[in-house]
Amino acid sequence: MSEHPLNNFLSLYSDSLKRLALNDSGFVFDPMTGQSFTVNPCGLELLKLMQKQKDVELINHQILAEFDITAEILERDFLEFSEQLRRYLK
Amino acid sequence: MTKKLLKTWQKPSITPHQMGTLNKFGRPVSGDYVEKIDGVAVSDLLREYGSPLFVISEKRLRDNIRQMKRAFESRYQPVIHAWSYKTNYLNAVCATLHQEGSWAEVVSAFEYEKARALGVPAERILFNGPHKKRAILERCVTEGARIHIDNLDELYLLDTIAREFDKVTSVTLRLNFDTGYTEDWSRFGFNLGSGAALDAAIRIGNSSHLKLRGLHSHIGTFILDPRAYQVQVEKMCGFMELIEQQTHALIDSIDIGGGFASQNALQGSYLPTEQVVPTMSQYADTICGTLLKMTAQREAQGKPRLKLILESGRAVVDDSEVLISSVVAGKRLPDGRASYVMDAGVNLLFTAFWYNHKVKHTRPLQGIPEETVLYGPLCMNIDIIRQSILLPPLSVGDSLVLSPAGAYNNTQWMQFIEYRPAIVMVHENSLVSVVRRAEKLEDLNGFESLPTHLNGQFKFAE
Repeated sequence: MSEHPLNNFLSLYSDSLKRLALNDSGFVFDPMTGQSFTVNPCGLELLKLMQKQKDVELINHQILAEFDITAEILERDFLEFSEQLRRYLK
Repeated sequence: MTKKLLKTWQKPSITPHQMGTLNKFGRPVSGDYVEKIDGVAVSDLLREYGSPLFVISEKRLRDNIRQMKRAFESRYQPVIHAWSYKTNYLNAVCATLHQEGSWAEVVSAFEYEKARALGVPAERILFNGPHKKRAILERCVTEGARIHIDNLDELYLLDTIAREFDKVTSVTLRLNFDTGYTEDWSRFGFNLGSGAALDAAIRIGNSSHLKLRGLHSHIGTFILDPRAYQVQVEKMCGFMELIEQQTHALIDSIDIGGGFASQNALQGSYLPTEQVVPTMSQYADTICGTLLKMTAQREAQGKPRLKLILESGRAVVDDSEVLISSVVAGKRLPDGRASYVMDAGVNLLFTAFWYNHKVKHTRPLQGIPEETVLYGPLCMNIDIIRQSILLPPLSVGDSLVLSPAGAYNNTQWMQFIEYRPAIVMVHENSLVSVVRRAEKLEDLNGFESLPTHLNGQFKFAE
């Protein structure tokens, strides 16, 4: 069975994700670059989960338990979100 | 056992903060959405007629032409509006405007035939443009349409035809000149400054069968400064006096063409359209005021009061039609921007090449607006309907309303790669009519014929 495409991202960007300062209103600050961001509520939820663990299946499990979303759409949106993060967390 | 209430999912997105830079994307598109068009739900329209879909508001179209006529007729009379067919020659649009009293302004044999087929009398048709072959000129002369002469070859041909048919024919001379406010449109008509226009007027004056009765000029398009029209009317009236003195011409109409701007936003324009586009009253004030001043002595001289002819197209129809298009796919671009593939592109919204159309969603959208590119469905790099706009995250199937789309799209659109969709008109009682059905393969193949030896026997490589 092939590996989930997001596992590679979570492993490579683990440190970068952990360094982000998040607050509950969606403000994100990257102390390494000084760049700040606004993240929407679902993006914030994913960021919080990604800071805690690198296993995509566990993250998915938690999101699916909380949100009205199918696994397929979650995977697609999560992939696109990771593409955004790759760009901003260089 | 109680079931846990799940939270609503929004596509996750993160937007970097940018400080100290000008916002070139304008205000974000949020909050303001279009759920209905003249009382008809957008979702019902898409369900019934498919996406993409052009939707015309009959009420808006009628309101626009009535507002224009009121603006001019309250300042000057008589005023004639001639509907510029090339702007939108859907029969339903033309018929609506003819019901409101507009004449037809056509620029080709096709448009002339379309107007006549619709029931417009020839004497209510103004035939403009640089391309009039003998056959259509003969028809115009015999039927009595008003021809706007564009060049010397046309003048001589028309004179020959009028003599052959022994029909005294009233004509209009198309002029061009520099107003100082607009681009020089010297390719159409006869130039004033060079003397070509006077030569042409004298030549017509020498004809036994041509009578010069009208002057026409069209000084440009999307004209944002009404003073351009002041110069235009002054120059045309000055020329009228000159030729009436030098020839036997007696002018009965001044046709100032079109060019009034619509509420669309030209690309590269930083100010909102509400701030740069003059109102119809401002155009009318300048034009009618100048015309009254320039012709104050005319009636005392025993000459007929001039008809003021307007050929405005864009300002009448543009905001009476929208294009509804749906998201087919979303894609994050390598530079971080959001992008979406829509089911309508420049094949349908041809004016996207020069306008930034208004974009509204059709339901309240959650999420933070971010810079977004809207691509069309064509496998062509140029197929972009908005290069940069702030939009909340969209999902596949979400629809957007692009407007104004009434001018030059249903005439310049292309059957390229995709079928062209249906056009519907919403009437004042909220009933909906299909005024042009969606294309099918049989429509397009119907133009073609396949030589017998090319029919089948294909030898595909393994």
